[in-house]
Amino acid sequence: MQGELIKRACELLEDGTVNRVLGWQKGQFVYDITPAVFTSVEDVKEHFVYNDFCADNLSKYLIKESEKEGKVLVFLKPCDTYSFNQLQTEYKIKRENVYIIGIESYGKVDVEKLRQRGIEGITDIENVNGTLKVSTIYGEEQVPAYEVMLNRCLTCKSKKHVVYDELVGEDGEVVADSGRFDMVEKLEKMTAEERFNFWRGELSRCIRCNACRNVCPACTCEKCVFDNPNSGTQNRGARDSFEENMFHIIRAYHVAGRCTDCGECSRVCPENIPLHLLNRKFIRDINEFYGEFQAGEEVGQMSPVAAYTEHNDVEPSIVQKGGAE
Amino acid sequence: MQRIGVFVCWCGTNIAATVDVKAVAEAAKSVPGVVFSADYQYMCSEAGQTLIKDSIKEYNLTNVVVCSCSPRMHEATFRKAVASVGMNPYMLEVANIREQCSWVHKDKEIGTPKAIALMKAAVAKATLNTPLTAGNTPVTKRALVIGGGIAGMQTALDIAEAGYEVDIVEKKPTIGGKMAQLDKTFPTLDCSSCIVTPKMVDVGQNERIHIYSYSEVTAVKGFVGQFTATIKRKARYVDEDKCTGCGLCTEKCPMKKVPDEWNMGLGTRSAVYIPFAQAIPKIATIDPNYCMKLNTGKCGICSKVCGVGAINYDAKDEYIDVEYGAIVAATGYEMINLEKYDEYAYAQSPDVVTSLEYERLMSAAGPTGGHLVRPSDGKQPKTIVFVQCVGSRESADSCRGGKEYCSKVCCMYTAKHAILTKDHYPDTDIYVFYIDVRTPGKLFDEFYRRAVEQYNVHYIKGAVGKVTPNKETGKLEVQGSDLILNEQLHIDADMVVLAGALQASETARPLATMLTAPMDTNDFFTEAHAKLRPVESATAGIFLSGFCQGPKDIPETVGQAGAAAAKVIGLLAKDHLVGNPCVSKPNELMCNGCSQCATVCPYGAITYVEKEFRMPDRTTKVRRVASVNPAVCQGCGACTVTCPSGAMDLQGFSNTEIMAEVDALCQ
Repeated sequence: MQGELIKRACELLEDGTVNRVLGWQKGQFVYDITPAVFTSVEDVKEHFVYNDFCADNLSKYLIKESEKEGKVLVFLKPCDTYSFNQLQTEYKIKRENVYIIGIESYGKVDVEKLRQRGIEGITDIENVNGTLKVSTIYGEEQVPAYEVMLNRCLTCKSKKHVVYDELVGEDGEVVADSGRFDMVEKLEKMTAEERFNFWRGELSRCIRCNACRNVCPACTCEKCVFDNPNSGTQNRGARDSFEENMFHIIRAYHVAGRCTDCGECSRVCPENIPLHLLNRKFIRDINEFYGEFQAGEEVGQMSPVAAYTEHNDVEPSIVQKGGAE
Repeated sequence: MQRIGVFVCWCGTNIAATVDVKAVAEAAKSVPGVVFSADYQYMCSEAGQTLIKDSIKEYNLTNVVVCSCSPRMHEATFRKAVASVGMNPYMLEVANIREQCSWVHKDKEIGTPKAIALMKAAVAKATLNTPLTAGNTPVTKRALVIGGGIAGMQTALDIAEAGYEVDIVEKKPTIGGKMAQLDKTFPTLDCSSCIVTPKMVDVGQNERIHIYSYSEVTAVKGFVGQFTATIKRKARYVDEDKCTGCGLCTEKCPMKKVPDEWNMGLGTRSAVYIPFAQAIPKIATIDPNYCMKLNTGKCGICSKVCGVGAINYDAKDEYIDVEYGAIVAATGYEMINLEKYDEYAYAQSPDVVTSLEYERLMSAAGPTGGHLVRPSDGKQPKTIVFVQCVGSRESADSCRGGKEYCSKVCCMYTAKHAILTKDHYPDTDIYVFYIDVRTPGKLFDEFYRRAVEQYNVHYIKGAVGKVTPNKETGKLEVQGSDLILNEQLHIDADMVVLAGALQASETARPLATMLTAPMDTNDFFTEAHAKLRPVESATAGIFLSGFCQGPKDIPETVGQAGAAAAKVIGLLAKDHLVGNPCVSKPNELMCNGCSQCATVCPYGAITYVEKEFRMPDRTTKVRRVASVNPAVCQGCGACTVTCPSGAMDLQGFSNTEIMAEVDALCQ
């Protein structure tokens, strides 16, 4: 697929449709993919990479990129298109400055899972009909892609692109039985103490690196509340367990009703904290209390938690009691 | 540095009995920032206020904290007092140690420490209070009344009487509303037409009232003092300025089989019509659903016979924008659809009628010329069964359109129907099935007793289970239970009259959305205060008149209509409105323009502007940021808690002020 994407990117650059390309390039290692902007055909041909490690959601980069002169080409996987729409709903992206190529995706690879299988020193990766051919400095290994997928891809909610200008590959469908709420249900069934202990176990590992916040497409504040010098939480690790908990709980509240469940927070967490579970709890509650809602499904949709009633109505007269038993 | 004075009120024994007020005043002395504290028997009294004023001068106070009753009660009093000696009124803070403390506790052991805590919280907030100044907005001296029934007419007349211009927007071709369709009125039995048609004439002739009949309000923008309403003037196909109301077109129109809504469908009218002889404005209207010329292109008779050339088949809907200072909702009511009440056979038999239909059958101006006859065979009914509470007082989960509330007027108008029927046709047998007979009102119970005692109307406490039309006899077999005698009754009736529940007009909810005025689950407009502000909506500049606020009879409607007019006059009499400075304000440096605050704002006070910002690297950047219209904002604070960036803050109740209060309480 990489060849196809490079070909289209060069064509669009050459015919002047776009003047730059937002894609991925290699980092220090092949699995160390990093988003990048390419401004010339040569640049694209030399550095552009697309492989099974290209998990980064590029939508958030468009906040800055779409403000610049001329159109930018971006490649969006199905899950990324939801973030794109949500950002557009919040007036963060200038749609007219973006050319979207939707690319099909059946899940990206978690390099940790490869390492757990003893595959080290990776130099290249290729996906041949669902089987990964991993080249390493020690030779070649073959792994079924499904077994080393990112957790978020195992519970993929949609293989459908909700926005694109053109597609490379096939458009898929919304996955009805993704099972993405199974773990949330499990947590709900725990006693309060068990649940508290579960989250303490997870959140106590937080080093406040802010990676989750920085990567989150819903975290688009001009100035983050955690960077407020008056709050005393700026630029430092959590002082105690309360701060450890509250950073993530507050963040989950801030993105409630806007989180598209793209899963970037958990993917980038260096401590492997399953942060997406906090967001999924909110998503599940919203679905239950206000009816099915998928943030980013359409541009301009109103979040149920920031709208008065389903009819876009005046103040409700009766507030229904909600919440888990 | 702040110099705060704390004033603790005894409120007689209201506070002093359960709070050691001296201890509270003493404790205040050791709170940082407090330079003076005192207690007094009645702080709201002249002497109490003087104590505050003198202390401000003597101790150079910058803030005042009054520990007394709820701010709802006397905040305005104390604000006025401190302002009179030059302090900004928003530097005053009230600690509620009565409703939220002394009244809910039994002894001083609990009451006193709590009062001290509340005092400390108020001091913490007062320390952060900043002077606020209210803005001014001009008032457009014209009122809009939506609905031309008795409520709307009375409101319009009273406003016009005070010298202000009023527009009435009425969706029907004529004003007059439901009252014009009624035969007589309870409990005095005076003729409804005889009292409402002169009122209609008054409205029509008043030079300050403009009637937009056959029109609807489709959009409302703006805020109190400065609304702009878009009025849709539906195509009438008759030039309002030329038509003289001679009625020749209506006589010559060959399409005569149109169900007459004026007579509740019991009679027919022509496709070009004037609803009734006393209509105001008396102008013909072509019904586009039935006019042959409009539908098939053939006919055109009305155009030929019209002597003034008023007919215009090419007319289109027109939209006009008009500015208003105040808007009155007077959208009235309608009866619920009774077709789902199968047990009463309303949809099966023409002789089962609603009370409003019965009203037309009794009316001298009705389809039968006032002769009470059965719609099916034109015979005079000998036995009539009235059923009360059809759809009223039902459980909330009614799937038939029933209502939980009592429609209020049915008991009385049914007694009226019974009396009038017996008056005209003494040999009629009348049964009234009721749940309760509700007659609170001047001369109401006497009227009902007259129906029972003088006119021998059979009042039966119980419900009708089934009405079965018998095709052979033409009778309606009514089966009902008499709960007092505990027996089943079988009555062969000639007619059944259903007192259907009355509901808010279906136009009310879309209007409420346009006005951003709150409604209850029954689609009745909610008052700003159920007891003390019954004719005002919580949305400033919107007033409520008549049934749209809740079930009412005619005198109550007229009374409320006048009250709404008084409130409108009070508003229009002002040249400028002083706003409430406790409104939301965005911190533009933090606002990221996501629009969530605008979607939660119930008043539509928030818009967005593109603004240029200097960036730290000396470049400029255009960003979309929120902008609050302080004249529209009611200070509810919904936006402040919605804003994920914490950019929205409520002046006078800022996040830091609230947090300071919480911190003080938690110490």
